[in-house]
Amino acid sequence: MATSARPVAPAAAVTTAGAPISRIQVTVNGQPVVAEVEPRTLLVHFLREVLGLTGTHIGCDTSHCGACTVHLDGKPVKSCTVLAVQASGRQVRTVEGLEVDGKLSPVQEAFIEAHGLQCGFCTPGMMMTATALLARNPNPTDAETRDAIRGNLCRCTGYVNIVKAIRLAGQKMQSASSAPGGKP
Amino acid sequence: MIPPQFEYYAPSSVDEAVALLRRFDGEAKVLAGGHSLIPLMKLRLAEPKALVDINRIPNLAYLREEDGYLWIGATTRTGDLLDSALLRKSYPILTDAAQEIADPLVRNLGTVGGNVCHGDPGNDLPACMLALGAVLSVAGPAGPREIAAAEFYRDTFVTALEPTEILTEVRIPKARSHQGNAYQKIEKRVGDFAIAGAAANLVVDAAGRVETAGIALTGVGPTVVHATAAAAALVGEVPSETHLANAARLAETATDPSGDLRGPVAYKRAMAGVLARRALERALARAKGGS
Repeated sequence: MATSARPVAPAAAVTTAGAPISRIQVTVNGQPVVAEVEPRTLLVHFLREVLGLTGTHIGCDTSHCGACTVHLDGKPVKSCTVLAVQASGRQVRTVEGLEVDGKLSPVQEAFIEAHGLQCGFCTPGMMMTATALLARNPNPTDAETRDAIRGNLCRCTGYVNIVKAIRLAGQKMQSASSAPGGKP
Repeated sequence: MIPPQFEYYAPSSVDEAVALLRRFDGEAKVLAGGHSLIPLMKLRLAEPKALVDINRIPNLAYLREEDGYLWIGATTRTGDLLDSALLRKSYPILTDAAQEIADPLVRNLGTVGGNVCHGDPGNDLPACMLALGAVLSVAGPAGPREIAAAEFYRDTFVTALEPTEILTEVRIPKARSHQGNAYQKIEKRVGDFAIAGAAANLVVDAAGRVETAGIALTGVGPTVVHATAAAAALVGEVPSETHLANAARLAETATDPSGDLRGPVAYKRAMAGVLARRALERALARAKGGS
């Protein structure tokens, strides 16, 4: 089971006096979390400010850039445009949930090896989208990869190395699954 | 940006949702995918007292062909349209349009119902609904009712839907043999609303004569433009280059765009004509069995 980089304690509420409150129960990176939030709390703020999972970035805040991408029940979504209450009863996976037992995921490794980033701001979102793509389509063409990351903007690299990293991640995952229990 | 305060309700039935909308008497909004509503709330362009989240209502997300119609439930995600082999084969206009809606991440939450009933002239599905002759099913305090897509769109963000009503499903006449349709769109950058878009649906007989035609345009008027004269000009004809050019010209004439960052009036109007022509050509090729 993926574990978060930091312990997730029962969350303190971030609320305004007199505001309506909703009690939510969300599974974040495999760990159940119960919290009281204002209904207007966005999922990205809940993750970052209540749970301290700051790997998910806030970029444009207008559902354009994809820096805030997380998985909601396995599908990549922009967490700046999801209310925390909408995630109640559901599974959320953030970039902190990619590594397992201290070992980086193939996507994370590939982004390092193929230089799939420059400033790194879009990277958490890119990696979440890439992870979801490869789960659905383990061997995407470059065109399919470019289509999948249409909702994730990078303002540094021009995407060439990002596409390369995702291709490499796919190869790593395939060779890992064809050689169970060991490195190829 | 954080939306203003509101009360949140997650009803488990359409009746319960309608009762909530009625209780707030026009001051509550339906939350489906939220990808138009939440940005509007962040900008304080919408400040509902309450949100009625319909995502937890069971059996509101489906896509099936039955009893002479294609039925699509309101909370079906626009991304699910793209995944459907049935649509790719028999209703490719919806695959075309889904591919053009925002981006894959947005499509994982954005719903068909929201896209159809939001009333933004930039939404891509209303033109498809008009071209296909869809009927929209609505639930409200007075019970369910049906509204033809052709009667639904009134003005920018103004539709026939009352604030106490919920769009529950759309139904589209089942695809016939020798039917073809297509959606064409140009956008300024990936994921943007259309500079212009065009939806075309044609049913032809064995000799290639047009029996039914539907044409509608995105982003080139205060609301979606139903180009009825352009469609009527094709009915009864075996479309030649001249017929298609004439229909495209009539479609262009039906537009009423406003100039903005996506382009000046003349450009948008010209592109509406170009895209109508392309959509018609593609629809015709598909009606004849091509792709």
